[in-house]
Amino acid sequence: MSAVAKGGRRGGLGASRWTPWLYLAPALIVLAALLVYPIYQLGLISFLEYTQAQVSGGEPATFQGFANYTELFSDRQFWEVLVATLVFAAVCVLSTLVVGCGLAVLLTRIRAVSRLALMLAALGAWATQAITGSTVLVFLFDPDFGPVNKMLVWVGLSGFEDFSWTYDRYSAFALVLFEVVWCSFPLVMVTVYAGIKAIPGEVLEAASLDGASNWRVWRSVMAPMLRPILVVVTIQPIIWDFKVFTQIYVMTNGGGIAGQNLVLNVYAYQKAFASSQYSLGSAIGIVMLLILLAVTLIYLRLLRRQGEEL
Amino acid sequence: MNVFARMAAPVAALVAAGLTATACAPSTSDNEAKKDDQSGTLCVWLFQEVDNDPKKKVVDQAVADFRGKHKDVDVDVTYIPINTRAEKIKAAFNDPESAPDLIEYGNTDTAGYVQDGGLADISEEFASWPQSKDTDATAKESLTVKGKTYGSPLFVGVRALYYRTDVFKDLGLKPPTTQEELVNTAEKIRAEPKDLYGLAVGGAYTYGAMPFLWSNGGELATEKDGTYRSTIDSAQSQAGIKAYTALFGDQNCPANKCAEMGGNNTVETFASGKAGMAIAGNFNHPAIEASKVKGKYAVVPLPGKKAGEIAPAFAGGNNIGLLKSSSHRTLGLALMQSLTSKKTQGALFDAMGFLPTYTDVRKEAAAREPFAEPFVKTLDVAKFVPASPGWAAIDAVLVLPTMFQQIVSGRKDVDAAANEARKKMDAAFTEAG
Repeated sequence: MSAVAKGGRRGGLGASRWTPWLYLAPALIVLAALLVYPIYQLGLISFLEYTQAQVSGGEPATFQGFANYTELFSDRQFWEVLVATLVFAAVCVLSTLVVGCGLAVLLTRIRAVSRLALMLAALGAWATQAITGSTVLVFLFDPDFGPVNKMLVWVGLSGFEDFSWTYDRYSAFALVLFEVVWCSFPLVMVTVYAGIKAIPGEVLEAASLDGASNWRVWRSVMAPMLRPILVVVTIQPIIWDFKVFTQIYVMTNGGGIAGQNLVLNVYAYQKAFASSQYSLGSAIGIVMLLILLAVTLIYLRLLRRQGEEL
Repeated sequence: MNVFARMAAPVAALVAAGLTATACAPSTSDNEAKKDDQSGTLCVWLFQEVDNDPKKKVVDQAVADFRGKHKDVDVDVTYIPINTRAEKIKAAFNDPESAPDLIEYGNTDTAGYVQDGGLADISEEFASWPQSKDTDATAKESLTVKGKTYGSPLFVGVRALYYRTDVFKDLGLKPPTTQEELVNTAEKIRAEPKDLYGLAVGGAYTYGAMPFLWSNGGELATEKDGTYRSTIDSAQSQAGIKAYTALFGDQNCPANKCAEMGGNNTVETFASGKAGMAIAGNFNHPAIEASKVKGKYAVVPLPGKKAGEIAPAFAGGNNIGLLKSSSHRTLGLALMQSLTSKKTQGALFDAMGFLPTYTDVRKEAAAREPFAEPFVKTLDVAKFVPASPGWAAIDAVLVLPTMFQQIVSGRKDVDAAANEARKKMDAAFTEAG
């Protein structure tokens, strides 16, 4: 590609260098308006003192340099929340992928009726609003009235009579994880299933003729061929799960007991909107943006290094 | 690499173009009133209550009284949902063009709205109104910021102790008269095999915890020269925090369930018959009256440390304020006077059970409706939260619920948790200026 650029195009018309940009212009202008401008405003606000008083003209907006960032980085709670968010998002992404891919493979192995049932169930989960799913789950796991505890007691497990799922930090996160995976696995499942269906049957047949196990077929045949699809279905959950808000906000009453289940987005909401410190909220937004960009770029980079064009 | 190099220039150009095209600070609106019109339409935003019709009737009458004197003025009253009021009112401050002239607002928001530059100072006019001298001191405090008045109080609300008369009768208990008795009574109820909580408490129920703090001589903060310093970790405050957090546990309200409850949850717990007692407001009365404990409960003031003492409760309530951007100052104030008059507040009490802010009207109301009595008694010793915009921030980032929950869940002892809360509160007060 670079050889062509260096050798072939230099001699051509000057305009041709700009031709691709000309075609791209409409899309780029729309993108700039919808993306660059808000991010620019977000960045700008993060360098100002900008609270409700400044918005409604009670006080003038003043330039603060990196003061908002210094305040943020010196807040011990921010680091705790950041670590919790990263770990929680990582677990969510992995679980979503495992469940999604597992069920996609299962879909290719079962009969039409069961496949239809599984598809419908997944689509139902997909179509359900996060807020609805969260509310229902909180009800199901309610310590006083929830059927889940009753069932666990009924099958003979002790200690679940009065067990509150949201009291302990990890059981609360586990409950939220369950809801996050539940509403994001269908995308992975459906996409990967479509990908598997597109793999030529003779390749899979050849693998099984060679005596490959199910795991081996997945590892050495399906996964490499599904690579571009897997990239997409991994990046999506990374972005979603890093930004999870509704589930935490609804299921743990805005961050759990003594803030034990706070994630960055809920933390930013508390700072930015509930207490009207828009500038600090913007600083959190910028930090989140940079982290997400970095994670995504590193991930793409690692994949490229493994040798294939995406 | 090459791709990045080739993209760098156009992207930079694009960003630069964006910057020059839009190089302006984020928007700031101008809320200064430009004129004082003597005719036209007055726009009023009031909160939409769960059962709003009775309130509407009272308001319609107040508006009719006002229009009797100002025939050529129209009044447009809009009822806004309480859940989204914060966004609505902030939006009104951001866009003075489409903002109303008068708003109803929660009294803990006063200082914040004043700092936002949203509310007009009406100190002179308010002082000159003949009825305003009967306004009780706590209600006045709730609309005063740095010595200036920013509205007129509409009603107050306060919490007291609801208890189950049937449970008390079965167990031979009497309504507690001291804090110690309250704890003992709660534990007796819990010890019975009915699986009831004694006194329903919540780790996130700040206003249920305040009476314990205040009755032990503690304070949230003290004011000096217009700035607040938190005193949440003083010895007296800590004694109060200890008294409240000691109510969490298997002997009364198990921590694994009660730590995360807020005010509404404790009221629901009581209404669903799962608690012997609860701290709830006069404004919760309709919900409890509509529940299965109807006819099986009574209310007394929450007892203080000594017999005969009432624990000071938080005086919540709503005020009517004039927006700084209003172009109808004179008319707006006249309507405000009518909306918050003794007549209107008396009628509002009869219709909705909201307690009047005038001491004389309140006494009459309590005489008409015995249910109001324990609340009216409590109001004599009620207190208010710091009149600083920092309070809104403290409330929003859950400083006090976090403190209670840290103690209740055993993560921190009272001293450490109160210390941390003090630091966060001081930071918020300093930030708010």
